[in-house]
Amino acid sequence: MDFLDITNETCPMTFVKVKLQLAKMDAGQELEVILKEGEPLQNVPASCEEQGYQVLSIEAVGGGKHRVIIKK
Amino acid sequence: MSENIVKTDKKDLTIVCFSGDFDKILAAFVMATGAAATNRKVTIFFTFWGLNVLKKDFGRKALGKGILAKVFNFLLGGRNKLPLSRLNFGGASPCLMTSMMKKHNVATLPELIEAAHALGIRLLACEMALHILELERDDLIEEVADVVGVATFLNESENGHIIFV
Repeated sequence: MDFLDITNETCPMTFVKVKLQLAKMDAGQELEVILKEGEPLQNVPASCEEQGYQVLSIEAVGGGKHRVIIKK
Repeated sequence: MSENIVKTDKKDLTIVCFSGDFDKILAAFVMATGAAATNRKVTIFFTFWGLNVLKKDFGRKALGKGILAKVFNFLLGGRNKLPLSRLNFGGASPCLMTSMMKKHNVATLPELIEAAHALGIRLLACEMALHILELERDDLIEEVADVVGVATFLNESENGHIIFV
């Protein structure tokens, strides 16, 4: 599984980095993204689903961070 | 990477960068990369002072043939010499602003330009403004997709949103 930590990023690089990482991957591959609550948590999963990718899970991992699994 | 953009019913976005101000160019690239990352086709049309962003030389260089063009191009400079639209303090503010951006983990202008390229955003340069400033295609960064006139800009932006900065 590919991994991306965007907890230190701010808009628009949060979803820009996720988009660029997904573009490098093959269909069917999964991406684990660690992101902060608020803007990234609202926008990243939504923008992935909008682009036809599947959000498999979203779970809180503490410290205001969340783990999102996205399937291309 | 542009071939990876999934077709959607979202409107295209065209941004006209007329101003060469650091803060306005930053806003333009934030909107452009945000739109491209959410599957919108994005074009940025650079004209007049906006052309400074596209110069191959990021600092100051006396480009052009005539004395006036050389003076203008030297004083305008490239990407690293863009002034802040307010409180420029003789060019010190963009450096201070960049350090504040880094401190708060906000993408800097070079990072946004790199992301724009990776996202397949089309960068177009205005032919007329290049002509006035006596700049050649070779004076611009290779990421520039084309040198075009206003007719191309109108055609490309016809069915989308247009933002002018």
